[in-house]
Amino acid sequence: MKSSVIIFPGSNCDRDMDVALKKFGFKNQMVWHNDAEIPKSDLIVLPGGFSYGDYLRCGSIAAKSKIIKSVVEFANTGGLVLGICNGFQILTETGLLTGILQQNKYQKFICKNVHVKINDKENKYFKNIKKEILSLHIAHNEGNYFCSENELKFLKDNNLIAVTYCSKNGNESEEYNPNGTLKNIAGIFNKDKNILGMMPHPERMIDKYLSSNDGSFFFENLFENLK
Amino acid sequence: MKIKVIVTLKEGVLDPQGKAIQQTLNGMNFSDVKEVRQGKYFDIEVDTKDEKKAKTKVEEMCKHLLANLVIEDYKIL
Repeated sequence: MKSSVIIFPGSNCDRDMDVALKKFGFKNQMVWHNDAEIPKSDLIVLPGGFSYGDYLRCGSIAAKSKIIKSVVEFANTGGLVLGICNGFQILTETGLLTGILQQNKYQKFICKNVHVKINDKENKYFKNIKKEILSLHIAHNEGNYFCSENELKFLKDNNLIAVTYCSKNGNESEEYNPNGTLKNIAGIFNKDKNILGMMPHPERMIDKYLSSNDGSFFFENLFENLK
Repeated sequence: MKIKVIVTLKEGVLDPQGKAIQQTLNGMNFSDVKEVRQGKYFDIEVDTKDEKKAKTKVEEMCKHLLANLVIEDYKIL
């Protein structure tokens, strides 16, 4: 299985993602934002960070970068595209995912461990995953997901709300909403579920020596599903 | 020619920065400030003398980059 991680100026989770993908069997390659083409891949990852300094709006400049045309083409032909944190923001700015990530409700950069519930397993990312609730890490200033009522209805009706913030037992009350996001949304799919954007960082939780090993379930499972 | 654009959050969209500014102003004894909404201002120099043409171009820029129409409105001045 081949994966590609796109590096934008200001990406800072690209190498963590590279380590994580390789650890679980992917042959990963790093691709520079100013390249026109992406090498043959089974998965493209847009990593976390602060692409282009988060100027204008988070992800808005990256969404117009040279490489993005190839990412959009790949996604539109059913290719798997995963956006983590800033990658999620870029995916909404390209229009590949609906809605937008706004500034956190209480104006604070949030950096902490959270629990998220997997809401849909009928997709390549979570099919057969061994855990329903994952302990992952978030680190963002703009993770407050927002979309129109019609778009939210569309997401709900089509089971496109991929992951939601919850307690360690799966309680999705407002108390466990870290940033004011709509309906505790931490990640969503596009209609065909080949594109996943989420704020939590599975690549930061791939070793028993880190504060959680739950990212391992995600990558291990994804690799198996793609085999 | 120079075209000016203002981008603002749509009504009803949460504006945490505007809220913080409002609270600060209230704390500075501007107690009659009920709401502040923060926006962005752009000065765009377009290499043409045809105002209509320039504004049409800027409108495209607003739709595709300067504003995110999910949460923002733009006004070309």
